[in-house]
Amino acid sequence: MGVLILGAAGCSKKPPIPPPPPPPTSGGSTSSTTSTSGSDLATVTEFAVEPSTIERGQSAMLRWNVAGSNDVTIDKGIGTVPAAGTRRVVPTETTTYTLSAAGRVGSTTATATVTVTGPAPPPPTTSNTRNTNMGTLESRIQSDLQDALFGYDSNNIEETARVVLGSDAEAIKRIFADFPTATINVEGHCDERGSAEYNLGLGDRRASSTRDYLIQLGVPADRLKTISYGKERPACTESNEGCWQRNRRAHFSTGQ
Amino acid sequence: MRKTALFPITLFAAFGAALVFGQDITAWIKGQGGKPALAVTDFRGSGAAQTLMPAFNSTLFTDLETSALFDMKAKSFFPLNNPQRPEDLREEDNKQGFALADWSGAPTSASHIVFGYTAAQNNVLALYGYVFDARQAAASAPVLSQRYVGSLDAAGATKVAHEFAADIIQKFGGGASLLGSRIYFVSSRSGKDIKEIWAMDWDGTNQKQLTHLNNLSLYPSVSPDGSRVAFTTWANIYPRIMIASTETGRLMPFYNQQASLNASPTFTPDGKQIYYASSAAGGPTQIYVANLDGQGFRRVLHRDAICVEPKANPKNPSSLLFVSGPNGQQIYSMNAEGTNIDRVTNGEGEASNPSWNPDGQHIAFSWTRGYAKGDFNVFVMDIASRQYVQLTHSEGKNENPAWAPDGRHLVFTSTRSGRPQIYTMLADGSQVKQLTQQGVNQYPSWGTR
Repeated sequence: MGVLILGAAGCSKKPPIPPPPPPPTSGGSTSSTTSTSGSDLATVTEFAVEPSTIERGQSAMLRWNVAGSNDVTIDKGIGTVPAAGTRRVVPTETTTYTLSAAGRVGSTTATATVTVTGPAPPPPTTSNTRNTNMGTLESRIQSDLQDALFGYDSNNIEETARVVLGSDAEAIKRIFADFPTATINVEGHCDERGSAEYNLGLGDRRASSTRDYLIQLGVPADRLKTISYGKERPACTESNEGCWQRNRRAHFSTGQ
Repeated sequence: MRKTALFPITLFAAFGAALVFGQDITAWIKGQGGKPALAVTDFRGSGAAQTLMPAFNSTLFTDLETSALFDMKAKSFFPLNNPQRPEDLREEDNKQGFALADWSGAPTSASHIVFGYTAAQNNVLALYGYVFDARQAAASAPVLSQRYVGSLDAAGATKVAHEFAADIIQKFGGGASLLGSRIYFVSSRSGKDIKEIWAMDWDGTNQKQLTHLNNLSLYPSVSPDGSRVAFTTWANIYPRIMIASTETGRLMPFYNQQASLNASPTFTPDGKQIYYASSAAGGPTQIYVANLDGQGFRRVLHRDAICVEPKANPKNPSSLLFVSGPNGQQIYSMNAEGTNIDRVTNGEGEASNPSWNPDGQHIAFSWTRGYAKGDFNVFVMDIASRQYVQLTHSEGKNENPAWAPDGRHLVFTSTRSGRPQIYTMLADGSQVKQLTQQGVNQYPSWGTR
């Protein structure tokens, strides 16, 4: 996870492009491009977002300052804005805002990107007739989806698992409808008895046959990822068949 | 001078022979007569050197004992005196200790005597070390006669003891000594739900965390030269292969195929390629080989079953072992083209974790034969004859055996004290020693450094 955040932060560090001439006012960190060149253009002396990386659900502040224009707009539903100002935004995914400032002979644009990282999902924004309290994606996955269980050293979807996955498939479709950008991980797990390395392969098979079965039932393939944990993340740690059976499972978790 | 260097070469030949006659490997090791019987005298130091001698004597004794090359004779049976220099030796001494026969005869019954002394010379510590064959006349008895120099402090005394011990081990054909070798393993001690790769010296000292990925990192496998360790990590969410420098922990680039699972990396004997298991083809994990950076990968075999743990024979790189089903995990062999597939274990129970002895003729592995599912014990097998011996006997679960570079010691994971911990033992199952205590420690791999 740390690696991902670092990577995203790295991407947002674009070297600032020098502002177009002439510079009429005091400087500021700005990245702007012009559609034409000339002295009658508006100058974007600043268009920035802070912080440039937020967790989903958090807000960021856009700040801009434009000289030589009284027609300034920002896209992504913000619209016409004063020549200088700030605006709080709550993007649910990584978003690049474009500011356009019309000058006398052309327009100048500048962009600012806010990188949105997981894991907190967005709060509900629309009413839902099926479920008045949608909860978070994670709580929905934990409460609405049941583990599919497997036989020893097997990745066959047996009758009991078919029943469970039938109801899981419908629940996943509802979750995907409520969370249009969500993905779900199908985790494959094993009991403690096989060797760790072999169990990693076995967990992969369990996750994969579970995913295949759900796809057959109409769950969109591109929103289901598989991940094997072998015997590293047991649901239960006692050494008896009841516990082993609980651990031989396909389990669902929030995708990345 | 009679050479004793033949002994180690014949060790495993005799091992095989012992099995043919149905003998336990322990009985064989105890019963065979070729093991040099060492009488290691207590060395004394002149002047300032004397205070350093307890550290020197215990280091020398421990190094020699740990090599497992020798039958270490009990000091309580030694004669009253011992020679400090070759000039001290007499032809006949009436069992006072200055004749070699005093040492080869009962009750000491040594084949060789280790003696010498240290002295403070020009502000350094000088060691004069000798090994004589006690069964020979004095003139033909010298096996080793060497001067060593170290600093005039405890570190210097330990250093010259290590050097002298290493030379003795070398002289008796020990070849690769354990000294300087390191064990790479997985430990949970840095946090909840976190497992990192750690390293420690061969004797369990100097335990250090190598990776800092704050996630699951498992199954380390050290390169033949000891410079790199390959492992499987969930640091980027999906199980992927990473390679780190054993010296600095620095991560090296490795291209992971597009797959739900890339895991179980091991090095080829020349250290230039990596075998691993991947689900890239969509079905059960298959064996692949790639360059050290993960590029140039090639699928090795096509098999309709889970395949993991590829291990190339150190003496014959075109011969591989791997673990696969169907019908329960067993150890299989194949060649580097993925053909000539043959089951090595006999189908009983479940068998995993093959580790090649450096001789390329024997493997250690874990097997549930004779026990309930999951109750693994460590076994050793002669790969040509398929004859095997069981080294652990159900004291907890005993898994992931890996050979030491000396081919005589094994490191493994056991739950005999509760949670999984790392242990070492000799190839006959004796001298079991627990190396880790803190947290959960497992999946060891033994490197030359």
